[in-house]
Amino acid sequence: MSLTQIEFQAEGTGDAPAQAIQGRSPWMLAWRRLRQDKVAIASGALILVLALLAILAPVISSLVGHSPDTPYTNTGLNSQGLPVGPSGTFLFGTDGLGRDLFVRVLYGAQISLLVGFVSTLIGTAAGVVMGMTAGYFGGVIDTVLARFIDSVLAFPYVVLALALAVVFGPSLSVTIGVISFFSWAAIARVVRGQTLSIKEKEYVEAARSIGSGPWRIMFIDILPNLIAPVLVLATLAVPTAIVFEATLSYLGVGIQPPTSSWGNLLSQAQTFYQTSWWYLVFPAGFLLLTTLAFNLLGDGVRDAMDPRTERLFASQRKGRRSAAKRARPTPPATEVS
Amino acid sequence: MAFLTFLIRRLLLGIIVMWFVTVATFLLFFVAPQDPARLLAGKNPTPQTIAAINARLGLNQPLIVQYGHYVDRLVHGNLGTSFVNGSSVNTILKQDLPPTLSLLVGGVILWLIVGLGAGILSATRVRTLVDRTSTVGVLIGITFPTFVLGLLLQFAIFLPLNRSGFHWVQTGYEGPTTSIIGWAGHMILPWITIAAVSAATYTRLTRGSLLDTMGEDYIRTARSKGLTERRVLYRHAIRAALTPVVSQLGVDMGTLAGGAVVTEQVFGLGGIGQQSLTSITTGDTPVVLGIVLMAALFVVVANIVVDVLYSVLDPRVKLS
Amino acid sequence: MTTPQPPEADGDVLVRVESLVKYFPVKGAGLVARTVGHVQAVDGVSLTIPRGKTLGLVGETGCGKSTLARCIAGLIPATSGQVIFDGTDLTRLNRRAMRPFRREIQMIFQDPYGSLNPRRRVGSIIGDPFAVHKTATGNERKKAVQEMMERVGLNPEHYNRFPAEFSGGQRQRIGLARALALRPKLIIADEPVSALDVSIQAQILNLLADLQQDFGLSFLFIAHDLEVVRHVSDQVLVMYLGRVAEQGPKDPVYDTPRHPYTAALLSAAPAADPDAAAARQRIILTGDVPSPINPPAGCRFHPRCPKAQELCSQQDPPLESKAGDPPTHLTACHFPIQPHEDLTTSTVGSRAGLGTSTGSDSFGGGTA
Repeated sequence: MSLTQIEFQAEGTGDAPAQAIQGRSPWMLAWRRLRQDKVAIASGALILVLALLAILAPVISSLVGHSPDTPYTNTGLNSQGLPVGPSGTFLFGTDGLGRDLFVRVLYGAQISLLVGFVSTLIGTAAGVVMGMTAGYFGGVIDTVLARFIDSVLAFPYVVLALALAVVFGPSLSVTIGVISFFSWAAIARVVRGQTLSIKEKEYVEAARSIGSGPWRIMFIDILPNLIAPVLVLATLAVPTAIVFEATLSYLGVGIQPPTSSWGNLLSQAQTFYQTSWWYLVFPAGFLLLTTLAFNLLGDGVRDAMDPRTERLFASQRKGRRSAAKRARPTPPATEVS
Repeated sequence: MAFLTFLIRRLLLGIIVMWFVTVATFLLFFVAPQDPARLLAGKNPTPQTIAAINARLGLNQPLIVQYGHYVDRLVHGNLGTSFVNGSSVNTILKQDLPPTLSLLVGGVILWLIVGLGAGILSATRVRTLVDRTSTVGVLIGITFPTFVLGLLLQFAIFLPLNRSGFHWVQTGYEGPTTSIIGWAGHMILPWITIAAVSAATYTRLTRGSLLDTMGEDYIRTARSKGLTERRVLYRHAIRAALTPVVSQLGVDMGTLAGGAVVTEQVFGLGGIGQQSLTSITTGDTPVVLGIVLMAALFVVVANIVVDVLYSVLDPRVKLS
Repeated sequence: MTTPQPPEADGDVLVRVESLVKYFPVKGAGLVARTVGHVQAVDGVSLTIPRGKTLGLVGETGCGKSTLARCIAGLIPATSGQVIFDGTDLTRLNRRAMRPFRREIQMIFQDPYGSLNPRRRVGSIIGDPFAVHKTATGNERKKAVQEMMERVGLNPEHYNRFPAEFSGGQRQRIGLARALALRPKLIIADEPVSALDVSIQAQILNLLADLQQDFGLSFLFIAHDLEVVRHVSDQVLVMYLGRVAEQGPKDPVYDTPRHPYTAALLSAAPAADPDAAAARQRIILTGDVPSPINPPAGCRFHPRCPKAQELCSQQDPPLESKAGDPPTHLTACHFPIQPHEDLTTSTVGSRAGLGTSTGSDSFGGGTA
């Protein structure tokens, strides 16, 4: 008996059980998962609030009536010339020169978020392009690039960052440049690995067979499959960049005073913390909160994209659904008519 | 015999790396936009001052000649003289070595013990209180930037203790030759600071790696043979789980160096890290070169040690 | 041996493959990777595919059929030999010159789940050929894609869906739509129905037959299921370890196989009728397929062959017509199966030095 003797009336479109479900892209599914994650939502909200505060810093500064760079020697320093604590006039107290710490912290937020986002953006873009190129083309290009990436990652970054900052003179753009240079390498390495494995998939072969050139394949076929891991990496790269900037500013080779950065605020605070706890606590607190929020958000994003990984703080959403399942009685077997 | 050849080859390679590093650093400082003489001359220098400095330090000679002098001195063990205060670089570095060494050695031991210990404990007691506590600890560890942790420790521990008359914990440095207890008291907070981030990362790494290893079939076989859980753990699982940790160690030498700079600055330890900061900012190139050379030597030696450790852990790996 | 034809004289032959060889180098371990051996995936295969007809390519896993297909499609460069498509030798072309031919030769793949990019919408996947070769843009392209979707039996309104929302059979249809977008002349189908349920297989095969008629397509149909191959092919080629064992029009090969390997394959094919299955006599082959890195000397099948003799381990049998067969039915065997010969009663592995394992599963009589 051959196959032609088996007759099938069914239409081509009728054999799909997926027919009834509305089309949902992988992005929408991930987004839904993220939305149900309380920890991630809270972190995201915190970051938004912070960003808002940073953007509105000039507005808030005029509301409070204090500019960030003006030393208020009369109201801001006590009789011994030391900073005053938090009060109605100075929400966070003052710094060594009598400047309003609250306003300075907010302006510091501007710097941190700016440096964090911009260097991550540059580093991610460069890292993706380099990683894909190395992974897809292989051969000599890959060997050279891979070795370069490894050396950048292995090198003591603080020393190199110090040297570069001093050689070119510390400034905002140099700081962004240095940090971008290091985040680039970490992302490129992961992207290269992913590209190497995606390259072997059959749909890439199919793309070659219809005549796609290498650049088209990289950006139209491979890149969409990279977005998930890259997004997670980028979200986790932002707090690293922020901490990096703070460290460089603390050491004196990042953002220079009088521009306030949380890092250089803390460096000044070191001389004063014995008498003025607010000088240390508030900038440090903001820095920690920001880093924590980004780390938790990154964790949440990673879980939303790929629910298998172990979370640091797994939320209870799975419990609700299985409880609902248990509540529903199993339907009786229907008879086949 | 194979070990000897391995050692010799790696040391030779290390020397090549170090030579390469000196050339790179040399070039970086002398082709940089910042003029060393100008840096040293202070505010509003007159052209004569700059010329005088250039002559004194020999900076007006062609680059290759300067490099030649440098190598010549180097081979004789002389690292040169500081631009800033004229003292011998050798002396400077010798003074700065003890605090840094104490910091690094103590820090690495602390982070390995805590990191591996917490990782193993969490993996063997998954989802218990121990595990959850260490998870929180990990989160704290990776969130806190090193210098913030250092500052907060000073503020929260050193300050109150000192105020209430308990003087063991101190900032600054005191050598073990003077007093072991004093030394420990000065170093305890810096050790915690430099170890925290790495301990957190290693806890997570060890935990994950050990969990993966424990799920392997050969572990199940060992258990079914009747070995006690402890023996299964120590003789089989940990060995395998440690390999990614050891390879991570090699990479982390870089983080270590960075952490040292920051920690020394926070606690005023006056070691090589702090020295590097001062020298780079003041443009004291010979000191910087000396430090870079030492750092390169350290990295080379550390990597050799790591590779040997790796081959001990994993008998499949041969030292080539 | 066929002599190379001048480009214009091919008439109704679309593809002519001459002595195609593909070896993959095996690199040894060491600081500088030296080549220590070769995987002889395809070792001198010649075939022709006539216009509008289907050539079925059968063989076990590892016999080189996928590699052969990819060489013909130009996805892998051949080590030596020629692939003459409509008069032009494709093996001589660089990437740029090859491009226009990519419109004429298309592939459909075995894995419906791996051959479509999960992150791209179906309309974009099917429209890819139009975009790459710049033949249609914007609305025009969308219309062409939807027309193609209808042709293969998909709902054109699902243009914006992702592959994950389709079943296996539908995904193969998507792959088919992509392959047909630019109206190619040749479609190389690499086990297109192996991963599908039997009922869906029938639908897809019927669809392929319809499309062949409508578009005048030639097929190179690769499979390991003999019944499927019989259903779709006009001609059949049986491969073993990189070489052709037997080839010819399907009925002679299926009804009167000359090569012992072909006969063994046919006897092993499951029969749907339980009575026929019980009455069937199987030819049992011992051992596994040898490694293509170190193939046996002489005839590659000789260690497993029930008819093997001294000559078989020394001389490679030429591919020619045997036992009075017409010149279209070729066999590479020193001792082909004669008419009325029954292999099921042969002793297996009873000759000294032959066979690679103990004949523990031989039913056909004879002592080991």
